[in-house]
Amino acid sequence: MESFQPVIVAFCCHYCAYTAADMAGSKRLHYPANVKIIRVPCTGKVSALHIMEALRKGADGVYVAGCLDGDCHFRSGNTCATKRVAYVKKLLDEIGIGGERVEMFAMSAGMGEVFARTATDFTEKIRDLGPNPARVGLDKLGCVGAGA
Amino acid sequence: MITAERKPIEDLIQSVSPYRRILLVGCNECVTVCSAGGRKEVALLSSALQMHFMKEAKPFEIKEITLERQCDPEYIEELVPIIDQADAVLSMACGCGVQEIARRFKEKPVLPAVNTTFMGASERQGVWAERCAGCGDCVLGVTGGVCPIARCSKQLLNGPCGGSTRGKCEVDPDIDCAWQLIWDRLKALGMTERYEENIPAKDWRTGRGGGPRKIVREDLA
Ligand code: SF4
Ligand code: SF4
Repeated sequence: MESFQPVIVAFCCHYCAYTAADMAGSKRLHYPANVKIIRVPCTGKVSALHIMEALRKGADGVYVAGCLDGDCHFRSGNTCATKRVAYVKKLLDEIGIGGERVEMFAMSAGMGEVFARTATDFTEKIRDLGPNPARVGLDKLGCVGAGA
Repeated sequence: MITAERKPIEDLIQSVSPYRRILLVGCNECVTVCSAGGRKEVALLSSALQMHFMKEAKPFEIKEITLERQCDPEYIEELVPIIDQADAVLSMACGCGVQEIARRFKEKPVLPAVNTTFMGASERQGVWAERCAGCGDCVLGVTGGVCPIARCSKQLLNGPCGGSTRGKCEVDPDIDCAWQLIWDRLKALGMTERYEENIPAKDWRTGRGGGPRKIVREDLA
C-alpha cells in the first residue's frame, strides 16, 4: 500500500478553482501530481454521471471545486453541484464503493493556497482509504481470466 | 405525465444478481421528464451496477438502450436484434413499458427498475405532484379545475371534511386541502354557486371499479 498512488479527478470551475490552480502554479505552490484537473465552464455542468464514470473508469477519488457560496458566475451552478455531489455520495454508499471518495469544495480564483491544500489533503485522504474497490475487483476478475 | 421513481439500488442489485448479461432499457417519454428512466438515468444506473459488480469481482455485462416509447409495439421491435445478447431485461419505463417488453419477448425475464407512482405534473424543478387518478369521468369542469379524486385524501366529491385546517389536509399538513383549493378557485372564477351543487355519487365503473379498461377508436382501429 506504501506505493499506492491514487488517481484523483478534479472538476474545476473555470471562474474560480481552475484559476486558483493557475495561481498555485505561478506561486510555485506544490500539490500532488495525482490530481488530474478537468476544466468545466461551471460546476453546474458536472453531472452525477461524470463523477460516476470517472470512478468506474478507474479514478480512486473525485472532487468538484466551485465558487464560494453566492459567487457562482452563473448564479447557482455551485449549489446544483453541491446537491449532485451529495446524491452521488449516497449512491456510492449504496453500491459499496463509499461516498467519501467524492467531495465538493469551494474557493475563489485568488485562493491558490486553498487549491494546493485541498488537492494535497484530498489526495492523502484517498491514499488512506486505499484503491477504488471497483478497480481492485476488476483486477481480481482479470486474474481469473474473466472478461468485464 | 406518468411519474416514477427508481427502486432502491439494493433491490435492483438483488434482482439482477442471478443474471450475467443485462439489457437496460429506458424510455424517452414520461420517465425521462420525471428523471426516473430516461437516457441519463439509464447511464447512471448502468454505471452504478457495473461498479458494484466490479467490486464484487463478479462477471457482469450491461447494454444500454433508450427507446422512444416503451408502451408502443413499434419501438419495442428495436430490441429484436439485441435481445438474445441478454439473459434478462431491466426496464426503466413505467409499468406499461415493462409489460410491453414482457408481452413481446415471452421467454425473457423482464425486471422493473422503477416504481410507477402516479399521473402528475411538475410543481417545480425536481418536484412532481399527483393530479389525476384516471377515473374515466372527469369532474374538473364543476370543481374549478382541481381534482377532488386525486387530490383529496378521501376522494370526497362534496367536501371538505371536518379535518380541513387553514387550507391543509388533516392527513398531512404538507398536503393542500383539495376542497380549499376548489373553493378558492371557484371564488376566483365568480362561480361559488357551483359549490352549492351536490355532485351525485360517482359511478366508479368508468374507473378501476369496472376492471381493466380499454379504449377503442373505431375510426382508427
Ligand atoms: S376527475 Fe377523474 S379524470 Fe378528472 S382529473 Fe380527477 S381523476 Fe382525473
Ligand atoms: S382535509 Fe381536505 S383534502 Fe384532506 S381529506 Fe378533508 S377534504 Fe380531503
